[in-house]
Amino acid sequence: MNKFKIVINGIIKENPTFCLLLGMCPTLGTTTSAINGMGMGLCTMFVLILSNMAISLLKNLVPDKVRIPAFIVIIASFVTVLQLCMQAYLPALYESLGLFIPLIVVNCLILGRAEAFASKNNVINSMFDGIGMGLGFTLGLTILGIVREVLGSGSIFGMKFIGEADGILIFVLAPGAFIALGYLIAIVNKLKSKQ
Amino acid sequence: MAKLNSSLKNMVMSLAIISFGASAILGGVYVLTKKPIEDAAELKKTNAIKEVLPQNNNMKIGEAVEITLESYSEKFIVYPAFENDKLIAVAVETFDNNGYGGQIKSMVGFDAEGNIVNYAILAMSETPGLGEKVTSWFKTKRNNQDIRGKKPSEESFKVSKDGGEIDAITASTITSRAFLASVKTAYNVFMEYQKQQNK
Repeated sequence: MNKFKIVINGIIKENPTFCLLLGMCPTLGTTTSAINGMGMGLCTMFVLILSNMAISLLKNLVPDKVRIPAFIVIIASFVTVLQLCMQAYLPALYESLGLFIPLIVVNCLILGRAEAFASKNNVINSMFDGIGMGLGFTLGLTILGIVREVLGSGSIFGMKFIGEADGILIFVLAPGAFIALGYLIAIVNKLKSKQ
Repeated sequence: MAKLNSSLKNMVMSLAIISFGASAILGGVYVLTKKPIEDAAELKKTNAIKEVLPQNNNMKIGEAVEITLESYSEKFIVYPAFENDKLIAVAVETFDNNGYGGQIKSMVGFDAEGNIVNYAILAMSETPGLGEKVTSWFKTKRNNQDIRGKKPSEESFKVSKDGGEIDAITASTITSRAFLASVKTAYNVFMEYQKQQNK
């Protein structure tokens, strides 16, 4: 399979946020601002690339019946590595993402890609799949974050453009996440059906 | 290499090898990041202390003092600041557990008379977009929301809804109450500290 195609597949055709609808918990929980959404997307991408590579390397060493615990151990290790590194070097982002960093372990996107792609393909292809899916996830979270931040706080990437006034607060809260995500998925579906 | 079949021996071996590898990696990363994590936490604290104390180049921050209050089981930490051996300000690490998202931890600076110099939030999990504004709300000059220069012992040191004269954060009265309570606690700690020093 063409490497470029694998990456594009993750970003557009099988975008994890808008098409596969995987990893909804961090998608809804962390996208209160564009920068948080992007940070979460990049963290997930980091774990996804490394876990995809490690799993495709070890795929023959892992018997079928214990593959899920083995994959989870691998994913959890990378998440903990990420967590420690962020605490050390990016404490501000670590604090704003908080609980969602350890929750990357149970992000179904990562285990899903391990099952569907990495355990059947070679290391290089798995890496590109991780990059593509990671970029797609980051893109989805950033777009959702931008929409919610613009509507909810009247700012974009932390730059306020409506002065002293408040935004539409509901978009920063949980219900706004569902509303914004629903409309974004509708728009994406509309665009896709036209093609 | 062919895929290993799922015999008991293979399953145990492969899980053991993977777990061993994972723990080795984690141990290594833990050792590598231990120092930077401590440094980052320390830096955050010193920055917060600097932020809440008055700007003064001759100021020296003294050794931290632990203070216990009667109604709290936790110890409060006070960072006194001196100029020519005279106490000019203190920074108090304080908290309140009644925030909308649980505990709010903050650092509050007082001058020698007990007026608030400034504050900084150390840790909180308030609602983004609402209670989260506590990080800057009470040091913004607008209407009656600025608490800098006020004395928490005054009767009016409450949100306007409770009969005080401080404007609460829009739609976040619970957060505002909890934060003001933590400032009041800090003030009590400061008084206790002064009492102990004057003995």
